[in-house]
Amino acid sequence: MVPRPRLAVWKFASCDGCQLTMLDCEDELLAVANAVEIANFREASSAVVEGPYDLSLVEGSITTPEDAARIREVRAQSRTLVTIGACATAGGIQALRNFGNVEEFQRVVYARPDFIATLAASTAIRDHVAVDFELRGCPINKAQLLEVVSAFLTRRAPNVPTESVCVECKRRGNVCVVVARGTPCLGPVTQTGCGAICPAYHRGCYGCFGPMDSPNTASLIRNLGYLGMAPDAVRRVFRTYNADAPAFRAAGDSVGGEGAGG
Amino acid sequence: MTAASPAAGDRFLLDRRDFSAFLTSIRTAGYRIVGPTVRDGAIVYGDIQAESDLPIGWTERQDAGRYRLERRSDQALFGYVVGPHSWKKYLFPSHERLWTATRDGPTFAVISEPSDPTPLAFLGVRACELAALKITDKVFMGGIPDPSYSARRTRVLRVAVQCGQAGGTCFCVSMGTGPGVTSDYDLSLTEILTEGRHEFLVAVGTEAGGSVLRSVPLRPPTDEADRTVTAIVAHTASSMGRSMDPTGLRDLLLSNPDHPRWERVAKRCLSCTNCTMACPTCFCHTTEEVPSLDAEKTERWRRWDSCFNLEFTKLHATPVRASSSSRYRQWLTHKLGSWHDQFGTSGCVGCGRCITWCPVAIDITEEVAALRVPPPAPTPGGGH
Repeated sequence: MVPRPRLAVWKFASCDGCQLTMLDCEDELLAVANAVEIANFREASSAVVEGPYDLSLVEGSITTPEDAARIREVRAQSRTLVTIGACATAGGIQALRNFGNVEEFQRVVYARPDFIATLAASTAIRDHVAVDFELRGCPINKAQLLEVVSAFLTRRAPNVPTESVCVECKRRGNVCVVVARGTPCLGPVTQTGCGAICPAYHRGCYGCFGPMDSPNTASLIRNLGYLGMAPDAVRRVFRTYNADAPAFRAAGDSVGGEGAGG
Repeated sequence: MTAASPAAGDRFLLDRRDFSAFLTSIRTAGYRIVGPTVRDGAIVYGDIQAESDLPIGWTERQDAGRYRLERRSDQALFGYVVGPHSWKKYLFPSHERLWTATRDGPTFAVISEPSDPTPLAFLGVRACELAALKITDKVFMGGIPDPSYSARRTRVLRVAVQCGQAGGTCFCVSMGTGPGVTSDYDLSLTEILTEGRHEFLVAVGTEAGGSVLRSVPLRPPTDEADRTVTAIVAHTASSMGRSMDPTGLRDLLLSNPDHPRWERVAKRCLSCTNCTMACPTCFCHTTEEVPSLDAEKTERWRRWDSCFNLEFTKLHATPVRASSSSRYRQWLTHKLGSWHDQFGTSGCVGCGRCITWCPVAIDITEEVAALRVPPPAPTPGGGH
């Protein structure tokens, strides 16, 4: 039998939600296990097979000097490296530190700040090592994860659209919450992949999948203001799970008002 | 009376209280009825099991980037205009499996997708929508017929409704598509709702339309009803929320690729695709393969796509329309310009959906009017 490609799943600064998406595959998990050797996946099994690995899925951002060194080791052991989730591709919610002063947080939060060894910023994996593919989402979408694994196995480009959430919203037959309810929504500037879940439940999009391929955030910001959002609120909607994704960072920075800058 | 065999050209009056019998008659003839229903704050198209599924007593207020459901002061069944959905979702579904292939030793077997044989009755098709159906018929059935579209389309019963009011973004009069229903229908209804009267003038357009009326209680039309219907359509025609000068649109669009208006509209355009998804004639789609993990099976799916999507413009991995101004220009120039060369008609029916459902209120009629203003002449000695 031809040896199956070896899969490893790595965790950096993250909530584990994207790794859990892998375990959530349930029906497809056996097919995955048949197609690849799950060689290193601590969330699923303590049995670890030594590297090198054919495919590494990397969850989480880089927030400590140790992790900055560890991701280089992971890269060195991996033929293909795919980042999974908003933390690994944009620094995650913890990248809010990038807009503040980490030393100040340490002094306020910890009794012994000198015990804390951390970096000033939470950064994406691609800021440290070469990345072969970035899978977006907070958390990632199960079907897209399977598509990426499948594409890797058949050596083709993954079919992961970079268009807006609106496309999927309309395909689902959702009624636009902006137009019919006046609800602020990041859908027009956010990459599709979630299945347009929030608008299907009459909520605006929160931007969990980060910026779409050609986001016109300036126009959307004018629209959010027209819908009644104050500048502070507009800045906050861009500063969530993908706050440090370049287009969202610039969008948040472009809004004036109290609390701007940082 | 009960009509024995209503024929094309026949006209009748149908009492409001017999509308349920009319729906039952359509269903008994084997049709699945789809039509207007209130859902998620809008009037959308969905399955109609009973007349209570219809938007009785509801209407909407529409403007650029804005739609609000409102209560009417009466109990009209069709007292609204058009909503976010169009009939294309039934004929050209947003996401559709075309076929499946399975590995079979050294070769593979293709399993075609079975089509649902249940014929559809479209209830409440407006004049602009009949025009849109005619256009998508040309797109999907004009050359080599698309198997899934034509399988569904050839069995559709079009129950049209003449609009009793115009919406804030309507401009069918400008595009010559409405509001009167004059052709391409199986049945055409006009709702008459005056003091003490609630009835429908029913015009039979085809044999298929006539055959579903056989067991429905009908009365002969009256001169008064005819006069009322004429007045209703005239009133709708005179109250369009928008207008667009249709003169020379094709040449206007094709001769203005460098008009500065494209850059101006691009500052607002989100490239979100809402206009094209809501448009009843936009038909762009992509096909994709969905293989199983063990590579023993693959499915081919067709999904709605849009000329506003950057990936849609990729040829050999490079977008040929990288800027949103070039993508907006592509959409409008095709819709109002080169559509004539491709299909012998405009691609716009004046339904106003692209205006209402644009989150940032871009208005096609306003853009066309701006394109009619010649760009300022280049300054002497300027440029490069």
